[in-house]
Amino acid sequence: MSSRSLIGGRRDIGDIIFFNVTRLFALLSLLLMAGIIVALAIGAWPAILKFGTRFLVTQEWNPPAEQFGALVPIYGTIVTSLVALIIAVPVSFGIALFLTELSPVWLRRPLGIAIELLAAIPSIVYGMWGLLIFAPIFAQYGQPFLTATLGHIPFLGALFAGPPLGIGILAAGIILAIMIIPFIASVMRDVFDVTPAMLKESAYGVGSTTWEVVWNVVLPYTKVGVIGGIMLGLGRALGETMAVTFVIGNTNLISGISLYAPGTSITATLANEFAEATPGLYTAALMELGLILFVITLAVLVFSKLLLLRLARQEGTKT
Amino acid sequence: MSDAMMIEPQVALETQMAFRDFDFYYGKFHALKRINLEIYKRQVTAFIGPSGCGKSTLLRTMNRMYDLYPEQRATGELLLDGENVLDRNVDVNVLRAKVGMVFQKPTPFPMSIYENIAFGVRLHERLNKGLVTERVEWALRKAALWDEVKDKLGQSGMSLSGGQQQRLCIARGIAVKPEVLLLDEPTSALDPISTMRIEELITELKEEFTIAIVTHNMQQAARISDFTAYMYLGEMIEFGVTDQVFIKPQKKQTEDYITGRFG
Amino acid sequence: MQLLTQRKLVNRFALTLSLLAMSFGLVWLVWILWTTLDLGLVGLSWELFTKMTPPPGESGGLLNAIVGSIVLVGLATLLGTPIGVLSGIYIAEYGQHTWLGKTTRFVNDILLSAPSIVIGLFIYAVYVARVGKFSAISGVLALALIVIPVVVATTENMLKLIPATLREAAFALGAPKRAVILSVTLRAARAGVITGVLLAVARISGETAPLLFTALSNQFWSLDLNEPMANLPVTIFKFAMSPFADWQRIAWAGVFLITASVLGLNIITRVLFRQKHKN
Repeated sequence: MSSRSLIGGRRDIGDIIFFNVTRLFALLSLLLMAGIIVALAIGAWPAILKFGTRFLVTQEWNPPAEQFGALVPIYGTIVTSLVALIIAVPVSFGIALFLTELSPVWLRRPLGIAIELLAAIPSIVYGMWGLLIFAPIFAQYGQPFLTATLGHIPFLGALFAGPPLGIGILAAGIILAIMIIPFIASVMRDVFDVTPAMLKESAYGVGSTTWEVVWNVVLPYTKVGVIGGIMLGLGRALGETMAVTFVIGNTNLISGISLYAPGTSITATLANEFAEATPGLYTAALMELGLILFVITLAVLVFSKLLLLRLARQEGTKT
Repeated sequence: MSDAMMIEPQVALETQMAFRDFDFYYGKFHALKRINLEIYKRQVTAFIGPSGCGKSTLLRTMNRMYDLYPEQRATGELLLDGENVLDRNVDVNVLRAKVGMVFQKPTPFPMSIYENIAFGVRLHERLNKGLVTERVEWALRKAALWDEVKDKLGQSGMSLSGGQQQRLCIARGIAVKPEVLLLDEPTSALDPISTMRIEELITELKEEFTIAIVTHNMQQAARISDFTAYMYLGEMIEFGVTDQVFIKPQKKQTEDYITGRFG
Repeated sequence: MQLLTQRKLVNRFALTLSLLAMSFGLVWLVWILWTTLDLGLVGLSWELFTKMTPPPGESGGLLNAIVGSIVLVGLATLLGTPIGVLSGIYIAEYGQHTWLGKTTRFVNDILLSAPSIVIGLFIYAVYVARVGKFSAISGVLALALIVIPVVVATTENMLKLIPATLREAAFALGAPKRAVILSVTLRAARAGVITGVLLAVARISGETAPLLFTALSNQFWSLDLNEPMANLPVTIFKFAMSPFADWQRIAWAGVFLITASVLGLNIITRVLFRQKHKN
């Protein structure tokens, strides 16, 4: 074989085929993304034509009369996600702080895994546990406590008024918070870990306390990544279905601003109604809900991803 | 070239590879400048010079390893048995079958010792199982590894010691029956005893193969090579018979480097 | 001196809060796991694995749902894994510097977190609505679409961890690129890729939302891929939301099964992968 000429003539056919097969499947992800938007838009088209922007701002959801307004589920989705963020962000920050600065080294890994396992528990488990275990206890102890404390604050108090039912928007927000804590906390932990040791050491060197180092050096340095992590959590919260469906109360009505009130979310409405919806306008309206949800989460996730990439690039240029 | 295994008398040197006005670029960086050099058949040619001088880069052009990286390119001529290696129509897989390479760190594949060697053989030749097994044994014997591994050919290549892994990689390289073997600092990650064995091996292998070796160790170059090339900042400063280069260097720079006054 | 005491107090206070946050996270984990264990073990019986899902008021088990879940998850994994691996290979080995590679990686990361219920809607729109009925095959398609991004991401990450020298060593033998990838780099990344597949299995084992409009559920035994198929998550959903105590008891047992297998898979893969990493 040593006398074989170097000039090969043709390229290896098998290589070309293999390359194109992998490229084809890579293309599939892009097609899937576009396909989801197109398919939902086509499915939603009758409703988009009929209701236009009214769909986004009216409350009436009346399948027999073929009147559909998505305000209640949109409101529920946004409010539950906000409640979740308000609880999850400080807690996640605390956990990340604990895992990166405070915990003894041998405990870091097991604790990190424990928090990540929280993310692995299927959402239906959260839902069932939320409905049958958490909600009754929350109604009996949690809500009366909140009413007695936060309920007395002017303005804010109205959020914690009304009969303690357990289930409702607040309960859904709390369960969502537990579910997204692991996502936000692990992103925060990872970005805190990339802070250059030199930077931290020089802050400690001038006599800063742990808290001052984290608050004044680590957090500003990793700001972009932290926001990216929060956005990732928000994306998860917006699209979560089963846990919310179990505990939100499934009422298509906004009965005031109290967080105790039952409500519904885009995902809960879909989960409850889609399989039994009549074809036509009803199905189209539900498809439009799905489309709205997908577009919102997409925007949030793209934003999150861009921020995290920016931090990674900043990191790349520094090392 | 015929594959007759005639041992030629030492006098007649035959050119195996030749660089002619050869330049190499990493993006805009001009890494190798106007290289002109002959690599002789069944001789050991060593490349020495301070790190960053381009000696590894030069070695990696000889099997067109740089093809993997889009921003790297070469101009000029690089001949292998009279054919230009840089030609667009060259099948790099055939080229690499003729010009094998062993790296600085041992790189056993994640498979058994046997498969590590059979992998390359099967790429280029259609042999039945018996012949493949024969070739594996032949290569392991050539690489002086056979006695140590003959009872555990089914074990993972990664289970061997560092020195054994490197000899496995040499065996893997020669199993394909290349004409040229490129060694890129093959002993820099090894202990002195393993290094000695590899050096002995190189001396034996030159009976059959043309060898080009990059080394940062001048004693090593002096011990094992027939020709030595001293490079500095991408230029070929001096090239000649090893004894000559070490005893009576033509250039002051070479002398400074060899005597340790610089580098 | 007073300033220093104050700063130290703030520090102490903040670190205490961080400890509390950590405990807050762990409390939920322990509480949920405890409930699952406590209520789930009660419902665990021989009948659970040998009888079909019952009508209200009668005794029964989850046999059809368990088998259905295994079939759905198994087929979805078989369908999604090769696609995900090939796509991951493209991104890591061919597309590092190409527009398609970079875009695919970005989009894949987005799909990784996209709401699973939307995947269900998508399959409904492109498949179920066309065929005109709910079917196991549509459930498999929906779950496979969830498997793909997970496998793509791990395959890509693991291939990128393979040192360049190993890749070069394979090329140096004159191996064509597909042989380098299939026989050397993918093989070296094997443990990581398997981890990714197992994590994907864990993820879809508990997925409920994408099955609601695709595989639906089935009260009876059916292995026909063109019919609705029983599965654990949707059965749990139905039983848990019902007012019947015996249905809820079965649902808890189902929750126990799912949680145990999902967390078990998670822990096993972590332990396995860690050991692989060590040597």
